[in-house]
Amino acid sequence: MNTEKETPVYVAPQWKLVWWKFRKHKLALVSGIVILLIYLVALFVEILAPFLPDQTNSKYLYAPPQSLHFVDEQGNWGLYVYGYTSKIDPVALRRTFEIDSSVKIPVGLLVEGVPYKLFNLIPGNRHLLAPLDPDQPMYLLGADRLGRDVLSRLIVGTRVSMSIGLVGVLLSLVLGILLGGLSGYYGGNIDNLIQRVIEFLRSIPSIPLWMGLSAALPLDWDPLRVYFAITVILSLIGWTGLARVVRGRFLSLREEDFVMAARLDGASEMRIILGHMLPAFTSHIIAAITLAIPGMILSETALSFLGLGLREPVVSWGVLLQNAQDIRSIATAPWLLIPALAVVVSVLALNFLGDGLRDAADPYAR
Amino acid sequence: MKDESTLLEVKNLKTHFFLDEGTVKAVEGADLTIRRGGTLGVVGESGCGKSVMSYSILQLVESPGRIVAGQILFHRQLKCNGQSQMMDVIDLAALAPNSRAMRDIRGEEIAMIFQEPMTSLSPVHTIGNQIEEVITLHRRVDHATARRQAVDMLRRVGIPKPEERVDAYPFQLSGGMRQRAMIAMALACHPSLLIADEPTTALDVTTQAQILELIQELQRDLGMAVMLITHNLGMVAEICEEIVVMYLGEVVERADVFSLFREPLHPYTRALLRSIPRLGQIKQGRLDPIQGAVPDPYNRPVGCPFHPRCAQMMPGTCDRIHPELIERRDNRAVRCLLCEP
Amino acid sequence: MQTLTPEVMLEVNNLKMHFPIRKGFRQRVVGHVKAVDDVSFAVRRGETLGLVGESGCGKTTIGRCIMRAYDPTAGAILYCNAKNEQVDLAALKSSDLKPYRRELRMIFQDPYSSLNPRMTVLDIVGEPLKVHGVARGAELEDRVANLLKRVGLRPEYMRRYPHAFSGGQRQRIGIARALALDPRIVVADEAVSALDVSVQAQILNLLEDLQAELNLTYLFISHDLSVVEYVADRVAVMYVGKIVELAETTALFAQPKHPYTEALLSAVPKPDPTMRSKRIVLEGDVADPANPPRGCYFHPRCRYAEDRCKTETPALRAVGQVGNLSHFAACHRAEELNLRGVVS
Repeated sequence: MNTEKETPVYVAPQWKLVWWKFRKHKLALVSGIVILLIYLVALFVEILAPFLPDQTNSKYLYAPPQSLHFVDEQGNWGLYVYGYTSKIDPVALRRTFEIDSSVKIPVGLLVEGVPYKLFNLIPGNRHLLAPLDPDQPMYLLGADRLGRDVLSRLIVGTRVSMSIGLVGVLLSLVLGILLGGLSGYYGGNIDNLIQRVIEFLRSIPSIPLWMGLSAALPLDWDPLRVYFAITVILSLIGWTGLARVVRGRFLSLREEDFVMAARLDGASEMRIILGHMLPAFTSHIIAAITLAIPGMILSETALSFLGLGLREPVVSWGVLLQNAQDIRSIATAPWLLIPALAVVVSVLALNFLGDGLRDAADPYAR
Repeated sequence: MKDESTLLEVKNLKTHFFLDEGTVKAVEGADLTIRRGGTLGVVGESGCGKSVMSYSILQLVESPGRIVAGQILFHRQLKCNGQSQMMDVIDLAALAPNSRAMRDIRGEEIAMIFQEPMTSLSPVHTIGNQIEEVITLHRRVDHATARRQAVDMLRRVGIPKPEERVDAYPFQLSGGMRQRAMIAMALACHPSLLIADEPTTALDVTTQAQILELIQELQRDLGMAVMLITHNLGMVAEICEEIVVMYLGEVVERADVFSLFREPLHPYTRALLRSIPRLGQIKQGRLDPIQGAVPDPYNRPVGCPFHPRCAQMMPGTCDRIHPELIERRDNRAVRCLLCEP
Repeated sequence: MQTLTPEVMLEVNNLKMHFPIRKGFRQRVVGHVKAVDDVSFAVRRGETLGLVGESGCGKTTIGRCIMRAYDPTAGAILYCNAKNEQVDLAALKSSDLKPYRRELRMIFQDPYSSLNPRMTVLDIVGEPLKVHGVARGAELEDRVANLLKRVGLRPEYMRRYPHAFSGGQRQRIGIARALALDPRIVVADEAVSALDVSVQAQILNLLEDLQAELNLTYLFISHDLSVVEYVADRVAVMYVGKIVELAETTALFAQPKHPYTEALLSAVPKPDPTMRSKRIVLEGDVADPANPPRGCYFHPRCRYAEDRCKTETPALRAVGQVGNLSHFAACHRAEELNLRGVVS
């Protein structure tokens, strides 16, 4: 039509404006990258984990972390870790380990190892970082009481812990949008009823409720079923917050002049809700979801830590922390607390990301 | 004009806002003088910097905004032993916003009322409490005296049954009553200057008339000066003696009210006066609007800020040269290349 | 149903709009805000009827009842459509309203909240065309381009979002949307109140041009008396849900017949220091529409009030005649009082 170049900001749709605004929030941006990395880890667990999570080794119970070296004393390049020398403490009768810098265990990238099926589909046996000789020890984050590699277990646990948050939030999103939407759209008695139910659910102390519900799960269920049961339990409580966000946005949007204008255009209710109102709160919902995931992750961790959620042989961060329950094991093997660090990092990052998204969600605010 | 009667002089004031998107020059050269007891109107459209200028006078501009240049000279009258009066000239622009000296000026010497009373009255305190607080902050009086003065003040601004209303919360009052309560709070310490920022814009016409009447009456009684900031040309014509017209942060014209409305000099003032429908002047053909809109604050036009909308724009001159505010002999000033001698 | 006289396009009869006040846990109705309380008036073909009053007087509610954004509590809104058939808009079911949504359109006050910030100008102006199946695809773009040209915007801007435009330009977009379906009546609710003084005149001129060009009838709702005087052919003044005076513009402004109109006119600040007149300052506040006083609603603030004003509610009646147009006022003393208008 014309050759004049349009000013980008004038023709920028909503998502672009959100992105421009989000980009200015540096902490949220960094957190977003961290979250992306964590989910990538969760996706490619099989390649990233050096060993199988349940691979025990009775020779290296509570072996301390080794560090990865790139250059040896002679100045030669090469990836390796030092081996261990172990001796039995004559008094405590406990095996203690010391790093033995005379033994070099060569480590390689994309080493052939235990075969696996990526996404249960693609067969493979290469691991990103593993000792060249699979029988040699490599415990970058130490070993637990059965001599299992904490790093491998942490990586495998990422998948369960991070996905339980996501799946749980998606479930509560369905409930939240449905009930919050009904509440905001119809108002009156329906709204009153739903709001009272929400208040009731929020008033129940959550830990005892989870305990009750998960105690009701049959013990003979397989881990996968327990996993889904737990997400359902978490989302049964979690939907209330989202429902309130949806209802609030719904109520405020209904009063907007542009919604009235659409009604006077003769648009049907469906068209108004889907075409005019929904785009106005998708970004808010995404922000609310991001802020809801950490709660789910923390709940799962807490439940599993208490032994009420997931159980071995499923590996999640909460299950891993169960090993760090008694003082003695923490004293001898503080590296068992590393999964807690993973929880803290991911929860913080998700919160920062959610904050950034929430601030950017309405780029039109004046 | 360096005589006794000068109360406040603003000289070449510049207040800028430093945002990520760029620098917004909200006030870019404001000059004005207020006489003791006089009434000055500041008119302009949204974005002309009239509010930011008044905030600058009280050092209430919030970050990322900052006064970057200019002087705000306040001639403070020191009352020594009742009779002998000393003049003390303070440059408010040089004071730190939170300094003791600035806080002494605010409320005691210069008070301000705003467009929306609800934003400046605290919703959780009674209006009596809020007025008493202003009094006790600036005067050494006990609680009972402060309360008596608060009731007096409420009576003075025409609030019926002030003894009862002194214990009311702002939400219990109507819009007009709230505005009266805010005026009572502002005038509690008998300031020598009242800055009224769009004091009646949120009110209905009949309430607006009540408030204007009240401000004029209080001004007569208390002998204070009033700086009325508004976009409503009718309001300044009704109550002001002198008028300053602002456009894009600059004072473009200054004159006494009769000369300004009889013979506006700046093309912007002239266009503004032509573009408004006037009550009682039965349709004399079409209105004569100003073309275009106030430019985006990030891209100020080069040269005269009004030139893109000006009907008398001189190509090659107005879009290159930035005009100065020229003082005329008849005590008027105008910022236009056409009016330069 | 009574039949409309040929020069009348829309007639509002005894319109009432009461909003329930709900309180408590069970949301019981404890009273009603009588936003519009028994209002009758007619809009004549091709005229601009101004509706003035202070905030809360019910002028916006009347506009929204006519647009059927609200369902009136009682009363009739008789409308004579393009095929010269007469319908009562107040009695229609929402599903039967669609054809009338094309003929009656609205311009909103706030140029910011009335345009969906997430839709392009093409989508906003094209929405009514799409909803009514008038045009789509390339034809839709052509029609939107024409509409934009007509309201003084460049058609190239149709892919921009509202945030790219100034207040005045946004109001033009809102006008283009109102014109999209070739309406016959346009309800302009405070259409210029949110705009800068210098831009107001542009929009007022545009509305005037469009009226002449497209043969529109306007219901112009505003609180600004000078604007109403400029645009309206006839003016209705409202106070607490009732029309207190309705007359031809010049007559109403020069010789008001209701004391409230007189006070309102005298309260408007005039942009001319030589006309500094004595203002009539009304005592007290506007009556509460949930609990209005007995008799004439204005009597507690009226300086001409008599005893009967406190008990008898005055009806809106013809108190004079200018040409073929009657001068209506709801005041017991309309004939005897000699009220001050604005001098021209």
